[in-house]
Amino acid sequence: MRIEQHPILQFDRGEKVTFTFNGQPVEGYTSETIAAALHAAGIRELGHSQQLHRPRGLFCAIGNCSSCFMTVDGEPNVRVCVTKLRDGMVVEEQEGKGVVHS
Amino acid sequence: MIREVEVMVIGGGPAGLCAAQAAASAGAHVLLCERDGVPGGQLVKQTHKFFGSERQYAGDRGIFIGQRLVQEVRENPNIELLTDATVLGMYEDGVVTVLKDDRHLKFRPKKTIVSTGAAEKFLSFPNNDLPGIYGAGAVQTLMNVGGVKPADRVVMVGAGNIGLIVSYQMLQAGVDVVSVVEAAPNIGGFLVHAAKLRRAGVPIRTGWTVKEAYGEGKLEGVILCQLDEKWQQIPGTELDVPCDTLCLAVGLTPLAELCWQAGCHMEFIRELSGHVPVTDENLMTSVEGIYAAGDVSGIEEASSAMVEGRLAGYAVAVSLGYDTENSQKEVDAARKELSELRSGPMGGKIRAGLAKVAEKRGEAVC
Ligand SMILES: Cc1cc2nc3c(=O)[nH]c(=O)nc-3n(C[C@H](O)[C@H](O)[C@H](O)COP(=O)(O)OP(=O)(O)OC[C@H]3O[C@@H](n4cnc5c(N)ncnc54)[C@H](O)[C@@H]3O)c2cc1C
Ligand code: FES
Repeated sequence: MRIEQHPILQFDRGEKVTFTFNGQPVEGYTSETIAAALHAAGIRELGHSQQLHRPRGLFCAIGNCSSCFMTVDGEPNVRVCVTKLRDGMVVEEQEGKGVVHS
Repeated sequence: MIREVEVMVIGGGPAGLCAAQAAASAGAHVLLCERDGVPGGQLVKQTHKFFGSERQYAGDRGIFIGQRLVQEVRENPNIELLTDATVLGMYEDGVVTVLKDDRHLKFRPKKTIVSTGAAEKFLSFPNNDLPGIYGAGAVQTLMNVGGVKPADRVVMVGAGNIGLIVSYQMLQAGVDVVSVVEAAPNIGGFLVHAAKLRRAGVPIRTGWTVKEAYGEGKLEGVILCQLDEKWQQIPGTELDVPCDTLCLAVGLTPLAELCWQAGCHMEFIRELSGHVPVTDENLMTSVEGIYAAGDVSGIEEASSAMVEGRLAGYAVAVSLGYDTENSQKEVDAARKELSELRSGPMGGKIRAGLAKVAEKRGEAVC
């Protein structure tokens, strides 16, 4: 959910765009990070830990902790909490360490 | 290609912005690197009115203070501001590497001011890795920068200023704040903030902690329990609180990796909340030409981060020979301001921490 009314802040959300999360279409805004748009859509589980496959979500939201790694447009290990949304982005849960294409 | 620069400031929070502004207004050329798209550091999400002294704009909201500092920096022709630019490494030969737009840039600064701020601390309890367990700063970023409602029902851990302020900000964003829990027997933050929560009907449980969290795929609730005077959990006091978010406001720790990399003398100082570079009275680390200012050299607050930034910036100007007489005056004034800021009862911890730093430096403490 997004904050519609706030006593102090006003939000300039930019343009509405559509991206996919594990193949499913999700709407968000260009001013948002991928993590914020997913969170607003009620999606908190962003991946799984490598060894025990425990669910993982964001923790710091400022790019410090690596808890939010996902594969974005084929590129693994993207910190979605500091990556801005663009129209048509393909956002997927990452398997293991991810494969870096050269 | 390695680009030579005069002064490099790493991190565009209050400390870095003031450091850049100080060095540049004395005449030095400054390159300011900020990894985020928007400079301002922690200030970009502080919607509350600040405490501190007037010279540091107390009474104004943090976000507006940040915007003003950024504006000054943008208008200063001696400052080149790089955003979305993460400093990756500081090498022995003086080269600093930066990731910007998928490119790996190399610089060789004459002087460097590290002002990278802090990272949030974590707490250990079973299932503390469930999605929905967030740092207080993360919650603030989601709601005050992203405009996204961070939770429906939240439990806050920590009744220091950050825990209290962020709880109140969540109420403003329409979140149901179920409870604030604090392990210590007393509320650590200012009572004005606590009173605002109490008036809104939020219970603040002191002497309580999180025993464990539970949920399938994401957080669904927490079990709280009471602590005895030895901080041991008291069996039979467990309380099951359904919630979708647990917010941890259990302190910050300096983000000092770059100082480690550069080979600065580091010490663990509890009062400063972690490992910090040992600095001198000009805020220079043990490595010639590398300075540290703000939370990276000890967790304190924005007012002192700004003054430390100014001190380091002018100290660098003096060492480079820019407007030395006036710059030295500014250094002295900043030192005086810092000791005033730290003189009250709230400054006790930081004074103890800084005394230890001075000791580690092998100097007499006066
Ligand atoms: C909820 C909350 C409430 C607060 N309320 C108050 C208050 O009322 N009054 C008060 O005085 N203080 C308050 N503070 C504290 C204050 O915000 C901090 O002490 C202050 O922001 C520290 O400033 P800084 O410049 O050292 O670090 P920061 O503000 O953390 O800035 C560091 C900057 O460095 C950047 N960075 C980090 N690593 C790199 C890298 N490798 N390359 C490039 N850039 C990098 C970061 O992105 C960031 O922008 C509050 C803090 C919080 C979290
Ligand atoms: S949540 Fe910490 S890096 Fe993204």
